[in-house]
Amino acid sequence: MGMTWRAAMVSLLLFGLFVGVWHLATMGSGPAVTMDPEYAKLVGATASQGKSAMPGPAEVGLKIWQHLKDPFYDRGSNDKGLGIQLAYSIARVMTGYLIAVAVAIPIGFLIGMSPLMNRSLDPFIQVLKPISPLAWMPLALYTIKDSSLSSIFVIFICSLWPMLINTAFGVASVRKEWLNVARTLEVGPFRRAFTIILPAAAPTILTGMRISIGIAWLVIVAAEMLVGGTGIGYFVWNEWNNLSITNVITAILVIGVVGMVLDQVLARATRLVTFPE
Amino acid sequence: MSTFDNPFDPERRLNRTGCSCGRHRSQAEHDAQLALQCAQIESEDKRYQGVVASAVMRAVFPKDAARRAFLKSVGASTALAALSQLFPLKTATDVFAQGGAIEKKDLKVGFIPITCATPIIMAHPMGFYSKHGLNVEVIKTAGWAVIRDKTLNKEYDAAHMLSPMPLAITLGAGSNPMPYTMPAVENINGQAITLATKHKDKNDPKVWKGFKFAVPFDYSMHNYLLRYYVAEHGIDPDQDIQIRAVPPPEMVANLRADNIDGFLGPDPFNQRAVYDGVGFIHILSKQLWEGHPCCAFAASKEFVTTMPNTYAALLKSIIDATAFAHKAENRKEIAAAIAPANYLNQPEIVLEQILTGTYADGLGNVKRDPNRIDFDPFPWQSFAVWILTQMKRWGQIKGDVDYKAVAEQVYLATDTAKLMKEVGLTPPTTSSKSFKVMGKEFDPAKPDDYLKSFAIKRV
Repeated sequence: MGMTWRAAMVSLLLFGLFVGVWHLATMGSGPAVTMDPEYAKLVGATASQGKSAMPGPAEVGLKIWQHLKDPFYDRGSNDKGLGIQLAYSIARVMTGYLIAVAVAIPIGFLIGMSPLMNRSLDPFIQVLKPISPLAWMPLALYTIKDSSLSSIFVIFICSLWPMLINTAFGVASVRKEWLNVARTLEVGPFRRAFTIILPAAAPTILTGMRISIGIAWLVIVAAEMLVGGTGIGYFVWNEWNNLSITNVITAILVIGVVGMVLDQVLARATRLVTFPE
Repeated sequence: MSTFDNPFDPERRLNRTGCSCGRHRSQAEHDAQLALQCAQIESEDKRYQGVVASAVMRAVFPKDAARRAFLKSVGASTALAALSQLFPLKTATDVFAQGGAIEKKDLKVGFIPITCATPIIMAHPMGFYSKHGLNVEVIKTAGWAVIRDKTLNKEYDAAHMLSPMPLAITLGAGSNPMPYTMPAVENINGQAITLATKHKDKNDPKVWKGFKFAVPFDYSMHNYLLRYYVAEHGIDPDQDIQIRAVPPPEMVANLRADNIDGFLGPDPFNQRAVYDGVGFIHILSKQLWEGHPCCAFAASKEFVTTMPNTYAALLKSIIDATAFAHKAENRKEIAAAIAPANYLNQPEIVLEQILTGTYADGLGNVKRDPNRIDFDPFPWQSFAVWILTQMKRWGQIKGDVDYKAVAEQVYLATDTAKLMKEVGLTPPTTSSKSFKVMGKEFDPAKPDDYLKSFAIKRV
């Protein structure tokens, strides 16, 4: 048996163990006290039958199946299928993220190529970088006056910094010998940027982009929970509102899977541009 | 210049110097008019004409100063004649009175998923909006601050708000001042104090020192009622207990997590706490003040004046829905209509208990109180005055408040009365009434004396 197989077996075993413990932990305690049947009808199973407030694995599995079976239903503006909600979130993340790419990479080049710009922009970057993206939300809502654009802005601002810093770092650390060769061949600055620096810095830039997409996906959920309307974050909030832990767990799993896919796409792209030295 | 002012009066100003309500040149004139207004005798035709002429004058002279100068130099009758040449005032007035063409059919109305919003929500699945020719999208919103910002942003045309919010927005407390109106109350009663099950023998508020409570928002009836209730029992709400603003959906989760000892919150979350076995209902808000307002239907003054027909149709739908919700026999049907995920997203049995008033109290008893929540659209201006006294009592607004003027500007009792008549209801004949809060009489004519009578206050 190869290593991969054995690893898969262990993974499966661990998963089985986890589900088993989960099942036992959420068995419930059975009816605690005898209740007036009229009263028992008016309260939930948690209060009347001592059912655990936490759903068991079977319940969650069933819920996931229901969502997967019908991901694109639309029952009005506040109740849409998981697929539609995910599409909204991904669209927001992509818009904010692409704007950030368009801004971060040129500025990163500028900073990386010019020590003067590096020094003069550094204080701004240092102050703005550590701000939690959600702290921008009230300000964005107030100035942009549109909740959907505000969440895109929040995505933009949070995915900007890793890309900017990585680009600047990648550009600044291109090997001097290559630049010197270019200089002796009298290559112009634009050609130098595109044919020498860009390919050399590409792996670092893409690593920055990979960090950024991860952060953007983390933040969209929080932003949508705050603003509401549509998106997977809104779905979590709406189900929390209903205290439906089953749906919340379902959403958590889906968020994880989508985040993983986004990350893997950029990981593949990074591998494409990596070169042996 | 307000919509109902005489637009041909050169002495009218934007800032209020004349009388207490600002619509009249002197207090004497105000008093003379007041009797008329309260009794609703003011001829409808005349009022419509005023509204339309206001709009036209505003369009011709966007600056108040220019309008006054023009009127002073030519006189009101000449101005009226000149204006009629340009614009068929008579026709426009007729159009308004008949509820003319709707300016904007597709509207967005924001709501918070609580039973207080019942009329706004049910009007969608039960067809009250479409009956009045509107295509309304009701949008669930995450919290009061967000609903306020989205309405100020004009993403929403109108919204469900807590009844003190339009007053706070108009006065600029907690946001930028913006003229806001509240043409209808949605629900009366319907709130409760819920305590964690572990406090089931602490039914006397005197032993609540050190408790942590949640209320939905700082500018809410919940905050004022909770403060009033504990203060009447000698507990200082700022020093002896902690009150924090928590969005209603998070209240039950916080109660379960032991982050708070209780909350004065809106339903369905009181009943939901019982349903999930984490709390019990200590007292219903109707036992503090029978018939208190809670949530409201609010719109910016701009919406009201620029789209009068849309506004009238929307308000009519809400009043219609409210009247339907008021009838006990319709309550079960309503519970079924608003329970799905698109609206409140709650188990139907929870909503049924709230709306029918036959409910489990969390201590093993089934209680019956058909008036647990009720629906009544009329925005009594004395409600606004009471709210303002409490805002002042707890230091949310400072300085002198022209209680009556603010109340009249924001709580549009006359509009509601007119539209109530149109949908076949009988509106009250006055816009102010006195009432009792925890057995204590409130006289809307003497707000300052009322304020002075409290032992615990921040004034």
